[in-house]
Amino acid sequence: MKRYSALSLLRAGLGGHAVWQRQWRSPEPKPSYDVIIVGAGGHGLATAFYLAKEHGITNVAVVERGWLGGGNTGRNTTIIRSNYLFDESARLYEHALKLWEGLSQELNYNVMYSPRGVLMLAHNIHDVQSFKRHVHANRLNGIDNEWLDPQECKDFCPPLNVGGAMRYPVLGGALQRRGGTARHDAVAWGYARAADALGVDIIENCEVTGVRRGVNGAVEGVETSRGFIGAKKVGVVAAGNTSVVMDMAGVRLPLESYPLQALVSEPVKPVFPCVVMSNTIHAYISQSDKGEMVIGAGTDAYTSYSQRGALHIVNHTLDAICELVPMFRRLRMLRSWGGTVDVTPDRSPIIAKTPIGGLYVNCGWGTGGFKATPGSGNVFAWTIAKNEPHPFNAPFTIERFRDGVLIDEAAAAAVAH
Amino acid sequence: MLVIRCPHCGPRPELEFAYGHEAHIARPADPSALDDQAWAEFLYIRTNPRGVHAERWRHIHGCGRFLNVLRDTVSDQILQTYETGTERPAPNGGERTR
Repeated sequence: MKRYSALSLLRAGLGGHAVWQRQWRSPEPKPSYDVIIVGAGGHGLATAFYLAKEHGITNVAVVERGWLGGGNTGRNTTIIRSNYLFDESARLYEHALKLWEGLSQELNYNVMYSPRGVLMLAHNIHDVQSFKRHVHANRLNGIDNEWLDPQECKDFCPPLNVGGAMRYPVLGGALQRRGGTARHDAVAWGYARAADALGVDIIENCEVTGVRRGVNGAVEGVETSRGFIGAKKVGVVAAGNTSVVMDMAGVRLPLESYPLQALVSEPVKPVFPCVVMSNTIHAYISQSDKGEMVIGAGTDAYTSYSQRGALHIVNHTLDAICELVPMFRRLRMLRSWGGTVDVTPDRSPIIAKTPIGGLYVNCGWGTGGFKATPGSGNVFAWTIAKNEPHPFNAPFTIERFRDGVLIDEAAAAAVAH
Repeated sequence: MLVIRCPHCGPRPELEFAYGHEAHIARPADPSALDDQAWAEFLYIRTNPRGVHAERWRHIHGCGRFLNVLRDTVSDQILQTYETGTERPAPNGGERTR
């Protein structure tokens, strides 16, 4: 891998940009690997990278039905934060946030992590009490989060309408200053390039059609559209399609897949300095470096793999944004799209071993998986390499639903991320 | 937005309905006789198919009654609606509602 630097950029620029190499190979699948990761999204590629980097397991393939980063990794609204309520979640998401801080250097790839602050608005008494509880819980866990009154919200994000005749006035907000955004595609590309350089094979256009198990029940490999590929261990990181892949191995999970939509406006000059989220009136919004306002809508009511949602869901979000930021009323929307998100009953992920030997699963990130990408890959690689969970993902088992040890983050998730 | 044919009221927009998730999951007659695994399966485990899905809806802003719907989760096309308490029909060509 040719290292990127300011000097290499200058050289390539002077040379008419003719010297750039491909960022990763496009290899034919080998007959077998030590580990196969199913799904080349951010979480899957990060898993492969940390398997190679931290555990020395480089005989790894990442198989992907479509193209790399074409699922939820390329469809989310790129928000990063770690202000989750419960200790288990706080540890996991804070682990990810700490990795975000050094990720561009670690990957030698600019993921454009921008800690511009995530402001979560409160619109009623319940919100105020709930967010203050979050602030205190976060601080006890060593995670920055602070309470702002309405004027402080306005000072931090001047375009906000915090008073006046709003149906749901802003009563305050919880601000995590280390939260922010990153460039979602760059995260997938950066992990892919770094993993490839360590010897990981990334195999696109290779759909898993079956999971082969041996006489002892353990995994032997996967059947794919490009033939059988053997593996000692298989890690499924298939987001919205996890239920489908795991069904091939006979494992039923507590998951439902829903459409989640996002949209962007026409690009405008920098006007919006931070990420603003509102669970109650359902709006979340930030401005990309290109200038587009990036807006997240909600999930549709019904399960679906269509990667599209209904217009009334988008309208609902835009109504809220027009009231919250009146100057955006004249902004035209440019594109909208949908992704398929896999939601667990307690809105917390599953990162765990399965009842089947050699089969591991990382799923259930629901509407907010992007922020966890580095931490998720990091602890899942540990789980696969050592055949036991990292302390940070030990609570996130499948068995927690049987044992009643839920990690109920529905208040922090479910809608806005 | 889906158009859902309520067996009692006819075709109505999705906004009149509340989603009721996977259909044909009967509450166990004697929950206390179940072990934790069986109870968890009743509470949480779902088929979540990529393809034809039998699901409950409730016509909450109409007649208020529950109904079952067969819907393709890839195209979102509704194949058939039928009354609760009846068997899941074999999916046919169905009515085109979208």
